[in-house]
Amino acid sequence: MKRKIDKYVIKNFISGFLSHSVLILVSVTCIFPLVWMFSSSLKTQQEIFKSMSLWPAAFNWANYVIAWTRGGFGVYFLNSVFYTVTVVGGLILISSLAAYAFSRLTLPGKNIIYYVFLAAMMIPIPGAFVALYVLLVKLGLVNTRLGYILPQISIGLSLSIYLFKTFFDNIPKDIEDSAEVEGCSKLGIWWHIALPIAKPAVAVIAIFKTLAVWNEYIFAMIILHDKAKMPLQRGLMIFQGAHFTEYPLLMAGITITVIPVIVIYLFMQRHIIQGITAGAV
Amino acid sequence: MNTVFPNLKAKGREYLFILPAVIMLGLFYIYPFFKIFQLSFFDWDGISKNMIFVGLAQFKDIIFDNPIWWQSMAQAGYITLLALIIQNGLALILALFVDRGIKYGQVYRVIFFLPPILSGIVIGLIWNWIFNGNFGLLNYWLAKIGLGHLAKTWLADPDTALTCVAVIHMWKGFGWGFIILLAGLQSIPRRFYEAARIDGASNWDVFKRITVPLMIPVFVLVMILTVLGTMQIYDIIVSTTGGGPGYHTEVPVSRIIAQMLHSSRFGYACAMGLVFGLALVALSVMQMNISKRLKQT
Repeated sequence: MKRKIDKYVIKNFISGFLSHSVLILVSVTCIFPLVWMFSSSLKTQQEIFKSMSLWPAAFNWANYVIAWTRGGFGVYFLNSVFYTVTVVGGLILISSLAAYAFSRLTLPGKNIIYYVFLAAMMIPIPGAFVALYVLLVKLGLVNTRLGYILPQISIGLSLSIYLFKTFFDNIPKDIEDSAEVEGCSKLGIWWHIALPIAKPAVAVIAIFKTLAVWNEYIFAMIILHDKAKMPLQRGLMIFQGAHFTEYPLLMAGITITVIPVIVIYLFMQRHIIQGITAGAV
Repeated sequence: MNTVFPNLKAKGREYLFILPAVIMLGLFYIYPFFKIFQLSFFDWDGISKNMIFVGLAQFKDIIFDNPIWWQSMAQAGYITLLALIIQNGLALILALFVDRGIKYGQVYRVIFFLPPILSGIVIGLIWNWIFNGNFGLLNYWLAKIGLGHLAKTWLADPDTALTCVAVIHMWKGFGWGFIILLAGLQSIPRRFYEAARIDGASNWDVFKRITVPLMIPVFVLVMILTVLGTMQIYDIIVSTTGGGPGYHTEVPVSRIIAQMLHSSRFGYACAMGLVFGLALVALSVMQMNISKRLKQT
């Protein structure tokens, strides 16, 4: 009996050791490129081609100053922040307003409109950006900030209306009735009661849309032509095209692009992972 | 009259709740959707007033006379195939390890999902450098372990470029598959495993008879999303090879964009988009049918 237990313990130990080895190896390949990016961003131009060391000879923080100013990443960064805030804010306001109407108000024909929204979510249309570009030309919105913001709001609309509506459907009617008796308007109920209760939905939509807008590239490439209006992802490609060999500055630019994403991720990872799996399983 | 009008007015005000959303969806989603169909019948450069109606000629050209289009489809298909097998295989193995209640499972989860949250552009630019022929890390390491003769310009060599792009894509994607598969595994009630163990089942039996059958819906979902996501790969291509060398890493989305921006053939680009969209829908339907058949047996 004792020998059998020993065998079990040893077998368990070996399999645990093997699993951890594999998991750690994969973890290192996940993190290593990022560490290397960061260390390269601190090296000098000469050092970068000569030394493959992970530890820079000296920490050239000046690279970040140059990337931010001369490299243009300061402008790109502020643009990215602006686009992210406006798209996410616009999406949440517009979709929660519509979802509240779909959930609560008695509009004739609202169900048909709601199903059109849901159907729009199902159909993949690669190449829709061609027709979208044609539309933006007609509206005079090519190479404008508005032309970059509006299409991105509309992309997330169906899904977030759906998420908000399932939330609003579960709010007990009594709360709103009493608010209405006290003279609160429908708009007031949406703002003061429904939206605060739907905070978890707001959080999920805000996190995922923030990542999507921050990482967006194709629209930025098609719609925006002025460097002054470009977000980071587009700026990185422009910089890489113009200063192909200035690796430390490029790596500094990439680090500037990546750090907000990683910070948001580390603080919000529980919500992010829950959001991914809730949609899937 | 007085009782009808205030009511109408209130209803009108209520429509204002959905008006912004309806305008946005109509303008930036439904209009482009139908516009693609219309444009695909025209030879049009995107600017000039005269659009030449050519019927189905552009579809015919794409399907029968455009080998580069089919090459780009096949190349995206190759990356997709590798992603389905290697990326999802790795994701499943890692998920099985963590599902056994291993220590630090939470830490691994956080680390593995790091690449999926980064943009394709950022990842492409970093890996560009790892694969660089002159001063890239990969060649450096190969030389270090005595395999220096294998060194090459990985992303500029027609033999390796596509596979290297696939490797980058899989590096970005496996953590996402891992998270979904792990959530699926954890939703399987533990008593199933315990009961099987008491009956003397081996690990392999448990995996084959309990885990796999219960996981089929999750497998199908991961497969469909992998196909849809990988076939539409673009950011990683544009930030690494730009479609080259030659046409060796061109993919459907990069072809559509090239037709639109470089050749100014807007109608043709729309027709490509439709052919591609149809192919994606067909692939998804096919996968769902296969899964239905799997469930029945």
